[in-house]
Amino acid sequence: MRLRPPVRRARSGRYVISLGAEDRAVLRSLPGQLRTAIEVNRADPSLRRLFPPAYVLDDEAEQEYRRLMGTDLDERRAEALDTLARTAGATELSAEEMDAWLRALNDIRLWLGTLLDVTEDEEPEPAADPAYMLYRALTALQSLVVDALCREG
Amino acid sequence: MAPIATAPVEVKEPEVRQTTDLARPWKVIVWNDPINLMSYVTFVFQKLFGYNRAKAHSLMMDVHVKGKAVVASGPREKSELDVFRLHEHGLWATMEQDG
Repeated sequence: MRLRPPVRRARSGRYVISLGAEDRAVLRSLPGQLRTAIEVNRADPSLRRLFPPAYVLDDEAEQEYRRLMGTDLDERRAEALDTLARTAGATELSAEEMDAWLRALNDIRLWLGTLLDVTEDEEPEPAADPAYMLYRALTALQSLVVDALCREG
Repeated sequence: MAPIATAPVEVKEPEVRQTTDLARPWKVIVWNDPINLMSYVTFVFQKLFGYNRAKAHSLMMDVHVKGKAVVASGPREKSELDVFRLHEHGLWATMEQDG
């Protein structure tokens, strides 16, 4: 018997997702939670990693960048989060949907990781902390998605 | 008829320097952060810039070990688009003019 990874690329070019119902329920609910957090207060410190500045030394240029690119960035982010929520129960994804999962998972991890004050040293929080366990599970899933996408070439 | 003056005209220094300033390329910098996965950052460099795996990995290691790396450079508009695409992927990217 050969165990297959929970996220893998099929010969068709589509991606096969084998996850349990509980995991899928979490993936369905998290995108909406992040979107709500952004709508309530996008300046919240826990969201700072989602809106990094392009220009550090030039306020005027930074404002111009936000004016030109901010809406597009918001829309791309919302699309990816919506795709993850909508396809959380799917057993097969298109390459485009897989890319949306990748970016949405990363955004959710940036949010949770900032809330948890994650550092590069492993295990800063007790492993039993539910929020930290969730963060670790999302990290593992995102890593599987990257592996599946890298096997493409 | 008086002869046409052939003495060289003095070049105006400031104009030359300004032209040079405008031509100075911009650097796109990615900064280290504890959340983005190393494999993900490598993948994003390959995907966005078409780098091969070795080059993308080496840039990612620079970010990880040295704290930052210049991942692309060029005219301002292109660099702004590069930063946008890196931000779209959740990477901590900024841009500044060379020199």
